[in-house]
Amino acid sequence: MRIALTLNGEDIAAEVEPRQSLVDMFRSLGLTGTHTGCEHGVCGACSVRVDGQVVRGCLMLAVQADGLIVETVEGISQSGEIADLQAAFHRLNALQCGFCTAGMLLTAQELLTMNPAPSREAIREHLSGNYCRCTGYQAIVDAVAGVAAERLGR
Amino acid sequence: MTAGQDQTGRSLARPNARRLLQGKGRFVADKVLPRMAHAAFVRSPHAHARILAIDLTAARAAPGVVAAWDGPAVAAHVTPFVGVLTHMTGMKSAPQPALALGTSHWQGEPVAMIVAQTRAQAEDAAALVDVVYDPLPPVCDMVSALAPDAPLIHPALGSNLCWERRIVSGDVDAAFATAAHQVTRDFVFGRHTGVTLEPRVCIYDYDGSEDRLTLHYSGQVPHMMQAVLARHLGLPESQVRVISEDVGGSFGIKIHIYGDEIATALAAKLLCRPVQFLADRYESFLSDIHARDHRVTARAAMDADGRLTAVEIDDITGIGPYSVYPRSSAIEGNQVLNLTGAPYLIPAFRGQLRVVFQTKVPTCQYRGVGHPIAMAVMEGLMDDLAAASGRDPADLRAINLIPDDAYPVKSPQGVLYADLSHQACLSRLKELMGYDGLRADQAAQRGQGVYRGIGLCSMVEITNPSPMFYGVGGAPIAAQDGATVRLDASGAIHIASSVTEQGQGTETVLAQIAAQVLGVDPARIGVTTGDTATVPYGGGTWASRGAGIGGEAMRAASEALKAQVLDVAAAVLQLAPSALDLAGGAVVDSAGQARITLQALAQMVYYRGNELPPGLAPELIATRHFRVEGMPFVFSNGAMASYVEVDPDTGLTRLLGHWVVEDVGTILNPMLVDEQIRGGVVQGIGGALYEECLYSDDGQLLTVTLADYLVPMAGEMPDITVAHVVTPTRTSALGAKGAGEAGTTGTPAAVMNAVNDALRPLGAQISQMPMTPERVLRALGSVP
Repeated sequence: MRIALTLNGEDIAAEVEPRQSLVDMFRSLGLTGTHTGCEHGVCGACSVRVDGQVVRGCLMLAVQADGLIVETVEGISQSGEIADLQAAFHRLNALQCGFCTAGMLLTAQELLTMNPAPSREAIREHLSGNYCRCTGYQAIVDAVAGVAAERLGR
Repeated sequence: MTAGQDQTGRSLARPNARRLLQGKGRFVADKVLPRMAHAAFVRSPHAHARILAIDLTAARAAPGVVAAWDGPAVAAHVTPFVGVLTHMTGMKSAPQPALALGTSHWQGEPVAMIVAQTRAQAEDAAALVDVVYDPLPPVCDMVSALAPDAPLIHPALGSNLCWERRIVSGDVDAAFATAAHQVTRDFVFGRHTGVTLEPRVCIYDYDGSEDRLTLHYSGQVPHMMQAVLARHLGLPESQVRVISEDVGGSFGIKIHIYGDEIATALAAKLLCRPVQFLADRYESFLSDIHARDHRVTARAAMDADGRLTAVEIDDITGIGPYSVYPRSSAIEGNQVLNLTGAPYLIPAFRGQLRVVFQTKVPTCQYRGVGHPIAMAVMEGLMDDLAAASGRDPADLRAINLIPDDAYPVKSPQGVLYADLSHQACLSRLKELMGYDGLRADQAAQRGQGVYRGIGLCSMVEITNPSPMFYGVGGAPIAAQDGATVRLDASGAIHIASSVTEQGQGTETVLAQIAAQVLGVDPARIGVTTGDTATVPYGGGTWASRGAGIGGEAMRAASEALKAQVLDVAAAVLQLAPSALDLAGGAVVDSAGQARITLQALAQMVYYRGNELPPGLAPELIATRHFRVEGMPFVFSNGAMASYVEVDPDTGLTRLLGHWVVEDVGTILNPMLVDEQIRGGVVQGIGGALYEECLYSDDGQLLTVTLADYLVPMAGEMPDITVAHVVTPTRTSALGAKGAGEAGTTGTPAAVMNAVNDALRPLGAQISQMPMTPERVLRALGSVP
């Protein structure tokens, strides 16, 4: 099936199989920053933003994105939208292998958009759909809390 | 950077993390090679079955299918693996084929391979393969597997016993006969697995014109893979190249030989094109190695002064149908036997280990390897002794810990310990956590019907192993690592190491070490790891050895390069090398004045060698290797505490706090060490509270998705406070011990003790991990 969508600000058309997941589609286009972990909607590695909302790229079919605005970690890195989150993750080592990181960043940005001053518990709760095997989560929580404070302070 | 600034010992952020943060990682599944095909596997649905027939006709005719193979077709080209180590006397294991041959021995064992143009096509075709099975009796329970009438998994072995070992030291019976207090307890440690977020994945690329096989590898041990691939595919090692770039988690899962991956290598070789195999999460649960699965009966005796007089353990562990190649599956049990009681002075010890075959997923080395069991058993006994004698658990440990000034000490098991600090760590832990304050809080909460508990653990971790681990037993596994350091004409430093990077910070720490010796900014140092074509030969990442062994090699190589630089500078400046040093990217004199930059010096050596005295070699590159000598292992040690609240109505455990005091010797990058510890703690919490590969009685794995198999998520995890005691190892000039497995090692013990401390006033005790709400309620007698 032929679909058209806006991917990271660029209008694209793609020929996709009806069964192809959204994450598999844009990985096949070379946008490999978003990963597949469980392909079951649990781990959050495939998180992407569709019409402004963070969704599981493995649970959404590519055909369902027809006509929608899709953003991946590559797009929101390029735009500078999460540069402060990325800097804080880097400074605090809030990633090790980096496989979960795109999903963590998108989900953290979603939280800070909805709730500019989240408690540590609220951060933990909002990130609790994103699996990280490496860090133990604390540095991620620290990074998100720090960016929240920075953004409020400016 | 300013001259003289210390580069090691500071929390440098990882330069190579930047691209991971931008979605620019280079994971194996991100790579697309020209003409790359995709492999999918048909896996046995039975725990144990004879394979009567495999019909690949329909699969071969399916759209996009390139080729299909069954077990015998693969076995014609790949020699089987035997996962035994010769120094572990009497160990046996059957030859393991890449794909099942005649009989399948676990649910999930690969039976046939389909290669197609796309992964979806390969999976579609795999569903068309018709396999006729004749089910055989499953052999699931590790105890009944040893009964005389148990069905034999491999009849040629004569029994289902892989290996057994006994240790007796001192008069155990006399100690128990005269004990003032003695305790006995049965422990059960469930199976769990590593659950790397990136599943196992490989791309094999074969170039028939050069007879050259290249593996794009998501793993920890490139040189081991090179040796194993060459050996079992019949290629010269020189024709095999292994390239490891970004790895999405490994933790031991990606250090073993898997039949599906070797079959993929064969497919690439026979098809003369690249073939990728990417496991999905379901088949990862059914084929990644599992770990633990131990039952331990343990007892301890103590005199009236509170001193341990004897410990006895009996460990039985189920390892699946094969001992995994090439590290073997008996190591975990052997660690339990060797390390139980390690922090304490124990006059008499008796231990028995039985390693048993069963028809479940094979188990092998996963982060912590046996340590969490050894620590949980001993620390559980310590708390039982404290309760039996009315002593405070921290006081009882303080009485029995090996004194910090007593080393070296040989344990009753014959293990040599040196440069440890158990007393200092426990003492620091009590301050850090506010032990007395928590005890007061616990008492106050109990008054209000809230059940909180404190759990302690004193622990050791095997790090920096010598060749006595694997090489001595015939495995193609290097215990040494190598480092190369070179100065380029631009003044840039480039380093290469045989240690690999999976996000723990190997490349950063190695650059810090080189920067420290060479007086340069670590940001100017280029780093290469993970490519057998370009890095020195060495062991890679396992047993918490990267910083200690790879780092020492890097220090030595950097010193050697420094000597070359100073020799050139001395000749040019007409000074003695001993009057010169390196700082700020330049050669400095004894007054600290910069005399010539590294760039100017390197350009003279490389471009204008005519300006140098005759005989001075035009080389600014050095390679050094390092192995640990004089000790089989370099141990790190630590003390941990967990504070929990158990709800006796629901059985749920809430983690209130976790504290770690760890002695990893010289600390090269405090942030990276602490983050290794925190990540390990959370994996330990997973094993203690959530994670289990649950099987039905007939050998069907019940936890095959991340919805069934619970991993720790951010919402349930506590903040983890980490502090350090520093006792450098004397086995290297660097003094660094390993840190990678400490968290996983000690945490289950601390959490189990905390849960039991909370349950004690209710008269309940739990000795099975994971401590699920159901099991807690069963311990309380609330459910049958």
